[in-house]
Amino acid sequence: MPYRLLKFALHKKHPEPRMFRAPAELRSEYDVVIIGGGGHGLAAAYYLAKDHGITNVAVLEKGYIGGGGTGRNTAIIRSNYLTKEGVNFYRGSVELFEDLSRELNINLFYSERGHFTLAHSPASLNTQRWRAEVNKHLGISSEVVGPEFIKRKVPEIDLKAGGHQAPIYGALYHPPGAIARHDAVAWGYARGADQRGVEIHQQTAVTDVEIRDDEVAGVHTDKGFIKTRKVLSAVAGWTTNITAMVGLRTPLVIHPLQALVTEPLKPWLNSIVVSASLHLYVSQSSRGELVAGASLDPYELISMRSTLDFAEGMSTGLLDLFPCLGDVKVLRQWAGLCDMTPDFSPIMGTTPIKGFYIDAGWGTWGFKATPISGKTMADTLANDHDHGLIEAFNLSRFKRFELVGEKGAASVGH
Amino acid sequence: MKIITCPINGPRPLQEFHFGGEVRTMPDATAATDAEWADYVFNRSGEPGVKREWWYHVPSGTWFIAERDNCTDEFLRTYLYRAEHVDG
Repeated sequence: MPYRLLKFALHKKHPEPRMFRAPAELRSEYDVVIIGGGGHGLAAAYYLAKDHGITNVAVLEKGYIGGGGTGRNTAIIRSNYLTKEGVNFYRGSVELFEDLSRELNINLFYSERGHFTLAHSPASLNTQRWRAEVNKHLGISSEVVGPEFIKRKVPEIDLKAGGHQAPIYGALYHPPGAIARHDAVAWGYARGADQRGVEIHQQTAVTDVEIRDDEVAGVHTDKGFIKTRKVLSAVAGWTTNITAMVGLRTPLVIHPLQALVTEPLKPWLNSIVVSASLHLYVSQSSRGELVAGASLDPYELISMRSTLDFAEGMSTGLLDLFPCLGDVKVLRQWAGLCDMTPDFSPIMGTTPIKGFYIDAGWGTWGFKATPISGKTMADTLANDHDHGLIEAFNLSRFKRFELVGEKGAASVGH
Repeated sequence: MKIITCPINGPRPLQEFHFGGEVRTMPDATAATDAEWADYVFNRSGEPGVKREWWYHVPSGTWFIAERDNCTDEFLRTYLYRAEHVDG
């Protein structure tokens, strides 16, 4: 056994520096309390400290950091959305991601792969064309390609989709589409925030948010009361718990989304392949596993159970696209919670309650937004005013009938 | 396999059903303010708890109401629609 490992057994104390401190006790007061230690909450804490010098911040996490949507997504990063608001927002995220390994000094295994959204019908191809034109207009590398191009990039694909699914007519091709190690994003932001003075409290559940005269006064936790005037709810799939505490009505409903990984294989799939018709997206991780995700489960459920229905449906779709996977075994499957909005755009920014900020509605598109969401929410908290990039995503759009219909989101059928 | 009890056809597998969303009461369209109407159109009760929901049994074309715990996925009761269930 190498000494590097052995010393962990021989030392009474942990021999390596920890990624971040584990403060023993909550302070009685913080400038900002962030509920949720996922990528979004930790990124917001990091940028609050780095960009705005606000370091008296607590991140409260019920479980362990990155254990929710951050560790359960399929780690795809892209910006080929359909609305101007969406494209500009996600482009900001991709730009931050490209330099993030260096900034956080942690290897995110950020890997540009090229992203195919397959079209199984002429109608679907029309939508892809629409997306490509919006993308190009806004300076995003994105184009419609034909079956020959797909076959050249992904020789293993069956363009007839098994013969009993609609054949592949073409695809939207987005060269900057990438994957990254999602846990490392949470750890990197956690360490960066911690080094700047932010406290991260794991195993700390929020039980209530104290509101006095439509203004945040503090947060009750299972470890006592904290006084604060600013609270950010960044809990994605658990948002409806928090909004119920503060009495805020939202359109959010929670659906599980399931995914699986196969046993590791030698590298063969360089691209990210998405088929809305077959309800799947698949890529090969740096470890060689195929990571495949489905569309939403068909009804509301706040539970992370996984089902045989999913495993069967996903296997069927995967085999239709890649018959060569017949002998490959599924290693594990799991579910994550998606807080869905009716227009497939997030809910971000200020709320009618002074001092209560929301970062939610992350549905199936949360991971790729982690850096830009952290940066814009930190700016919003610091200035008590929605950052320009997220103005369109404010909760009030549902009062003003000004939805941001984002049909470029994953899991949306075309 | 998950089984749901259809009020007409008895216990049937989940695959035969469609989910129709929360049971909601439509405000009077002529009297409601814009804010009330927006609340009805967009907002939902997404928090954990026992919910009253529309479900549809596809083969027989039956819409009915189910009381279901949205955390445990347990169906507590299913019954056919009557106005007083929704409005009263």
